[in-house]
Amino acid sequence: MTKLLEIENLQTHFFTSAGVVRAVDGISYDVGEGETIAIVGESGCGKSVSALSILRLVADPPGRVVGGSIRFKGRDLLQLSEEEIRDVRGKDIAMVFQEPMTSLNPVLTIGRQLTETMQQHLGMSREQADARAVELLGLVGIADPARRLKQYPHHFSGGMRQRVMIAMALCCNPKLIIADEPTTALDVTIQAQILELMKDLTRRFGVALIVITHNLGIVARYADRVNVMYAGRIIESGSAHDIYHDPRHPYTLALLKSVPRMDRPRQARLDPVQGQPPDLTRLDAGCAFRPRCGFAAPGCAVQIPPLAAVGAAGHIAACWESGRVAGSLLRAS
Amino acid sequence: MTAAYATDSAVQAAGATIRSGGDRSPQAARGAVQAPDLVTVRNLKMHFPVTEGALIPRLVAHVKAVDGISFTIRKGETLGLVGESGCGKTTTGRCILGLERATSGEIIFDGKNLLALDRKAMNALRQKIQVIFQDPYSSLNPRMKVGDIIAEPMLVHRTEPDRAAREARVRELLQLCGLNPRFADRYPHEMSGGQRQRVGIARALSVRPEFIICDEAISALDVSIQAQIINLLEDLRDELNLTYLFIAHDLSVVRHLCHRVAVMYLGKIVELADCDELYNNPLHPYTQALLAAVPVPDPEVERRRAHQIVKGEVPSPMNPPSGCVFHPRCRLAVEGCARTVPEFRELRPGHWVACSVI
Repeated sequence: MTKLLEIENLQTHFFTSAGVVRAVDGISYDVGEGETIAIVGESGCGKSVSALSILRLVADPPGRVVGGSIRFKGRDLLQLSEEEIRDVRGKDIAMVFQEPMTSLNPVLTIGRQLTETMQQHLGMSREQADARAVELLGLVGIADPARRLKQYPHHFSGGMRQRVMIAMALCCNPKLIIADEPTTALDVTIQAQILELMKDLTRRFGVALIVITHNLGIVARYADRVNVMYAGRIIESGSAHDIYHDPRHPYTLALLKSVPRMDRPRQARLDPVQGQPPDLTRLDAGCAFRPRCGFAAPGCAVQIPPLAAVGAAGHIAACWESGRVAGSLLRAS
Repeated sequence: MTAAYATDSAVQAAGATIRSGGDRSPQAARGAVQAPDLVTVRNLKMHFPVTEGALIPRLVAHVKAVDGISFTIRKGETLGLVGESGCGKTTTGRCILGLERATSGEIIFDGKNLLALDRKAMNALRQKIQVIFQDPYSSLNPRMKVGDIIAEPMLVHRTEPDRAAREARVRELLQLCGLNPRFADRYPHEMSGGQRQRVGIARALSVRPEFIICDEAISALDVSIQAQIINLLEDLRDELNLTYLFIAHDLSVVRHLCHRVAVMYLGKIVELADCDELYNNPLHPYTQALLAAVPVPDPEVERRRAHQIVKGEVPSPMNPPSGCVFHPRCRLAVEGCARTVPEFRELRPGHWVACSVI
């Protein structure tokens, strides 16, 4: 698979009055053409900031990309001029945000919001863009698209708005779509509809997809590869099978063990991750997960563990004690 | 573990391990509860008027947020109330709390109909009924210290008139909820989401309630924190013999925590059964669709599973479909479903369903 996106040691920091927040603290990963990558983590782990950094959408100040490179089809996005990156946004790389309620402009019709991008990026005439908009709305499963184009976002339900967002993302035939918590604001039955739609369309058009989520369940069905983030770093990365069946980082293991599961008998008691998420302004030289970790050893306080190969090919984890973590999930279930 | 990091989490671990000492097998913890009814809701309706015109408002319609629901909650039991946004589950909780004036029906608590009580009698009884809200950020006053937040219900209900006794009770409650007693002098913004939710729980417990409405009490929390709060709620239930109405949309959490579950759709209860019965043998097509939509964190299970996706979206409660409100989205719907409102009937012992086809 040819590499579409290569992120190398990306660092995005926020300079606040409380100190420097190392929201993204040196992450590296690749996305192949047509591949679906999941980035999983809790609020504040840096997953959204890392995605916004790709399109240089982090507000400056207070945030700034302070290091690393993001190569998209060989070009470093961080080196592009403001004009060049604007040409990439929405055309080569599109984004679907979490909040379908706030990410559409309430005073423009759905049609205008769809055609604007196409006229801008593809140089289409108004008529061409309108015709393509009708086609796109039909594609994402909106009935009576010609009439719906003339309506405003408030005429659409949450699920319908998210379909519109997906149509907007697809309108310039992007190579990559970044979806930041695309279904978090939606109900379960609608969530399933939207996920199936995204999977189907990205497959059909060979679009690569980065899905950012806090919900381990929703990506299990779709992701080729899963990156787990904690405190600004990728702490484990592997195929969906590796991550869900053979986690080698104590945080991944703890997350999997803490959620009640519908496909298993009821447990007497849940097994929570102890403690609180870390304060990103006060990280020390050691592993950030160590205060909450059941496997922590004295060495963990000394140095941050690097990502190292574990288990199957392509499976990496950043833990000094990953050897002891292996097999824990099997023993637990 | 280094000492600097360890303090807070150690206190929390200590708080999280309060146990009732009794049998903790799943059956004992969550089998059917045999006890008298504490709460009985009968044919509860909450219709919000919709008006048009600024100067002379004209009634144009009603939003039937809750449209004739009935259920009971036994003492010591946890009843789960699940459904998608807009189904009326939160409004039901607000009606029981007296935060909305129900249009009609009965809510019997401890033998008294809450809807017939005057304000004074209701206020007195409200001490027994407390609530834990969804958002631990907006449900705590940012200008009040944690200690004052927890003490406020005791002042309102005058349960601890003595200041020293009140402060002692605050410390006791913080400890009970797995927080360090010195948190009493902190402000909410100094705490994480999980810690704030513990404060919300301590506040609800401060006046020794019998019945607590948990309105999406864990939905806003991070995955790693949710299990901590679920365990805390379970421990408190067992230790203090509490009764919960657990309003939630996360079906796997409801399955873990509840004895019985009611499924709501567009203001009506469509199915109600013991927890295991509902999850193992869902009868209503909507319940089946809801359960089928819950993703499981296992790629092999997920990729094998045939996705039975419910079509369409929830209609507006202002203009609900005729007959069975679910019929436009239902895979079993027949012609008659658009005409007749299905009767809520007991298909098996304790398993109630509102569907005329099955």
